[in-house]
Amino acid sequence: MQLADLVNRTSEWLKSTGPNSDIVISSRIRLARNLDKVPFPHWANKKQSENVLLSVEEAVAKTAELKNTTTFRLMDLDSIDKQFLIERHMMSLELAQKSDHKAVVIDEEETIAIMINEEDHIRMQVMQSGLNLFEAWNIINKIDSALSKELSFAFLADLGYLTACPTNAGTGMRGSVMLHLPALVMTNQINRVLAAIAKLSFNTRGLYGEGTQAHGNFFQVSNQVSLGHSEEEIIENINGLIRQIVEQENQARQALLSENRLLLEDRVNRSFALLKSAHIISSQETIDLLSMVRLGCDLEMIKNIGRKTLNELFILIQPAHLQKIENKKLSSNERDFKRAELIRKKLAI
Amino acid sequence: MLCDICAKNPATVHLTEIIDDQMNELHLCEECAHQKSAQMEQQFGLSDLLAGLTEFEKPNAKKEVAVSLKCPNCGLGYTDFKKIGRLGCSECYTTFKRYLAPLLKKIHGSNLHVGKSPFKVAVSTDKKMDLESLRSELQRAVEMEEFEEAARIRDQIRRLEKKE
Ligand SMILES: [Zn+2]
Ligand SMILES: [Zn+2]
Repeated sequence: MQLADLVNRTSEWLKSTGPNSDIVISSRIRLARNLDKVPFPHWANKKQSENVLLSVEEAVAKTAELKNTTTFRLMDLDSIDKQFLIERHMMSLELAQKSDHKAVVIDEEETIAIMINEEDHIRMQVMQSGLNLFEAWNIINKIDSALSKELSFAFLADLGYLTACPTNAGTGMRGSVMLHLPALVMTNQINRVLAAIAKLSFNTRGLYGEGTQAHGNFFQVSNQVSLGHSEEEIIENINGLIRQIVEQENQARQALLSENRLLLEDRVNRSFALLKSAHIISSQETIDLLSMVRLGCDLEMIKNIGRKTLNELFILIQPAHLQKIENKKLSSNERDFKRAELIRKKLAI
Repeated sequence: MLCDICAKNPATVHLTEIIDDQMNELHLCEECAHQKSAQMEQQFGLSDLLAGLTEFEKPNAKKEVAVSLKCPNCGLGYTDFKKIGRLGCSECYTTFKRYLAPLLKKIHGSNLHVGKSPFKVAVSTDKKMDLESLRSELQRAVEMEEFEEAARIRDQIRRLEKKE
């Protein structure tokens, strides 16, 4: 698989096929693993990091569960490639920052991504559409078990998996769920909800920006605690919380419909019209407008455009994607122009 | 990791922002994060917990020991850990266990792992295996004359045995 092949492909987790995929975009399970006694990436010398890279690559190659994957070494990627993978949620900014002896392993469906020599020696993730953490866990659990036969993972019976940062020790697991909560934002309830979540020792962050400044009304919720509870318990806890948030978002949507239907219809359709007719548009404006159109789609105010197309657009309109599509470097102004062109094409009915 | 703004305090707040079309990841200390946005406080539960990394007070009697304590495997000192908030290798957990155990408890509300282990195929609800590995840990601790550690493991074994 070439990196360029991904441009015209939609990641499985984006396809809006999973449970609750109107409000829940995606679910992700991430596991942090390290090699026993080998210094963690930030503390390792070049030789040690190189050895980690080589032994993890070798283990990946031997693992049947990972046979449809491709390994991209960071040294071989230019800055647009790296940004491209970050925009696709296949790797982190931290991995991209220093490129020595780092790699990311990706499968064709973009369900699996394994980062080598990020904060920990191994950071693997499995993504699923909608609220589906258990399925993500089933997949990643098998991969992890297979890799643990090839590699000696750092583990203590009482403290669990050992990680560079003590906040990840224990299960080494972070479950996160990406939510689209436009009605909670519009009804000014979002800060109350976010504050309540923080009190329950879960993490929230805006996908683009923070709190009420979050663009596109996307929020990511994840567990804070990784030690002292089993993986299943942690997932159950996140699921319980997410179901409540989904319920609250649904109530807020119903309230908007019964009290402000006209206003909402106006906003949704104006947003749609703007996207369909703009010739120059920034990514921030696009994200805000797309969020409204997506809500309109959920509420059947907009009928001839699917959620999958809208989900795709959130990814495609980002800077590195536009440049990858055009296959050349674009200035900010050029991108605003190309972005508008792409949106008009995708939304043409 | 140090704060992106003041480059003095450890970064405990991590956020993504978009400026001029570019996604940007910011790592800030709590102080700078507060200044950056008054609203941030309520949205960062984790920062409170991570702040524990720096606020964390070791028992006074052991202060001297903690300062000079170094991991024999990777050379990271306990003071390095306090500065960068990251450990150096898996052995650091054993070396600094008496300081890490209360810190882990503060972060996670527990310092006893429940869940998967690399030694088992299935997910750990199997207490026997836990007991077995704890017993070998206990033996190791006794051999190394780490008696405080041994006592801690012994208590854990007792707790597990009671649950059975
Ligand atoms: Zn600062
Ligand atoms: Zn060490």
